[in-house]
Amino acid sequence: MKKLSKLYVALVLMFLYVPIFVLIVFSFNESKSRSVFSGFTLEWYERLFHNDIIISSLINTIIIAILASIISTILGTLAAIGINSMKKVPKAVVMNITNMPVINPEIVTGVSMMLLFVFFAARMHVEFGFVTLLIAHITFDVPYVILNIMPKFKQMDPHLFEAAQDLGCSPFMAFRKVILPEIMPGIVSGFLMAFTYSLDDFVISYFTSGSTSQTLPITIYSMTRRKVSPEINALSTLIFLTVVIILIVKNIIETRAAKKNGAYKGA
Amino acid sequence: MKQLKALSAPYLVWMFVFILVPLLMVAYFAFTTDEGTLTMQYISDVGQYANIFVRSIWLALIATVICLVVAYPLAFILSRMDKHKQGTMLMIVMLPMWMNFLLRTYAWMTLLGNNGIINYLLGEIGLGPFKLINTSGAVVLGMVYNYLPFMILPLYSVIVKIDKSVIEAASDLGCNFWNTLLRVIVPLSVPGITSGITMVFVPAISTFIISRMLGGGSNLLIGDLIEMQFLGNAYNPHLGAAISLVLMVIILLIMTVMNQFSPDDQVLI
Repeated sequence: MKKLSKLYVALVLMFLYVPIFVLIVFSFNESKSRSVFSGFTLEWYERLFHNDIIISSLINTIIIAILASIISTILGTLAAIGINSMKKVPKAVVMNITNMPVINPEIVTGVSMMLLFVFFAARMHVEFGFVTLLIAHITFDVPYVILNIMPKFKQMDPHLFEAAQDLGCSPFMAFRKVILPEIMPGIVSGFLMAFTYSLDDFVISYFTSGSTSQTLPITIYSMTRRKVSPEINALSTLIFLTVVIILIVKNIIETRAAKKNGAYKGA
Repeated sequence: MKQLKALSAPYLVWMFVFILVPLLMVAYFAFTTDEGTLTMQYISDVGQYANIFVRSIWLALIATVICLVVAYPLAFILSRMDKHKQGTMLMIVMLPMWMNFLLRTYAWMTLLGNNGIINYLLGEIGLGPFKLINTSGAVVLGMVYNYLPFMILPLYSVIVKIDKSVIEAASDLGCNFWNTLLRVIVPLSVPGITSGITMVFVPAISTFIISRMLGGGSNLLIGDLIEMQFLGNAYNPHLGAAISLVLMVIILLIMTVMNQFSPDDQVLI
C-alpha cells in the first residue's frame, strides 16, 4: 500500500512537472525544434533581454501590480472596518456584491468592465490603457483584501474599540492601537494575494488594456499566437526560477519563525 | 462602532461604479438594441449556439471528474504523511500554479504539437504521428493540467481535519480500510469535494485560452464565443452580453446545487 501511494504521488508530480521541465530544457536548445535537442545555447536568453516589448510590459506589470495592491489594500481595509460595523442586512448586501468578482468567471468580469469603459470612452476623454487597466486590477483585488480581513474581526472582541475610547483614546488612536494590530495578519495576506493576482492576471487585463498599455501575460499571449520562438521558453524558465526562489525563501523564513516561537514557548 | 461605518464609503462608491454598474450594463446590453429599445432578440439568438454550450459543459464536466478522481487519492495520501513532510509536499504540488497559466498551456502546446516531443518519441519507436493537438482531448488535458491543484487543495484541507478518533472508531467497530474510506472519510470530505468541483468547473467552462491554444479552431467554447463578440471580428456586444448572462445563470445554478450538498457555512472559497 505504502509503495503504491508513493508511486501514485510520483506519477501525479510527473504529470505536473514534466511539461515545465521540457520547456526549460528547450530554452537552451540551439535550433527552434520542439522535439530534437541539437546543442546548448544561451542565445534565447540574450534575445529575451534585448526584447523591448517584453521588458517594457514586465515593468508595466510590476507598476500596475504594486499600485493596484497598495490602493486596494487601503480601500479594502477601510471597507472591511466599515462593513464590520454595519447592521446585518446592509452587511449581507455589501458582502454579496463584493463576492461577485470572486465567484463570476473572469471573462464576465472583464467583459462587464470593458462595457463600462467603452461607455465612458464615448462620453469623456477616457482611453483604454494604463488607467482602465489599473481600475480593473483594483476592482478585482479589493474583494480578496476584504475577504482576508473580515474573518479577523470574528476573532476580535467587539467591545475592544469602545473600551479603548472609554480609557481615553481618541477614535483614531483607538483604531491605530487596538483595531489595526488585531487585523494586521489579514491585511498582509490580503495585500500579498492582491499583488500576486495582479501580476498573474490575463483575462481581465485582456479586455481592459487596449493597445497602448500591455502587461506581461498579454505580451506572452500575443507571442504564443505568432510563430514559435524559444524566447518564451527562456522567459518561462526565468519565471519558474523566480517562483522557486521566492517559495524557498518564504519557507525558510516561516520555519525560522516557527522555531523561534517554539523556543519561546519552551522557555 | 457607529462612526466606523463611514470608513467604508470610498469602497461603497467604488463597488457601485465598478462592480454593480458594469454587471447591470451586461444585463442592459443583453436586452436592448443599439437604439436602446427593449428586445429579446439577443437572448433568443443564444439558442443558435446551443451546441457550443453543450460542448463547453461537457468538456468542463469531464475535466472536473478527472480532476476529482486524480486529486482525491493524492489529497488522501498527502493527509496521511508525516506532519513536516505535508507542508513541503503541498508546496511542491502547488508550485506549478505560480507560473502563469498561459505558459503552462504553452508547455502542452509544444508537447502535443505535430512536431512536438511526444510525436517525436512515438515516431522513434515506430508509432504515429498522431493528431494530438487541436482535439477536444487536448482541451480537456489542458483544463485538467491547469486546474488540478484547485481540486487538490480544498480536498486536502478537509481530509486533513477529519478527526483521527472517528477513523479509529470505525476500524474498532469492524470496518476495513475500504469501508472506512467509503463510509466515513468520503462523506466527511463532502465540503471539500463540492468546493473543489466549483473551483475547477467555473474556470473550465468559461475558459477561452485553453480551447484556443490546444483546441485549434474546431473546439470553440463559450469563452471563445464571448471573446469574439467583444474583441474579435464578430463584434456584437449585445450578443456577447446575452451569452455572458446565460453563462452566469448556468454557473449560479450549478453553485446553488453544489451548496445543497454542503453543510451550511462550511463552504470554502
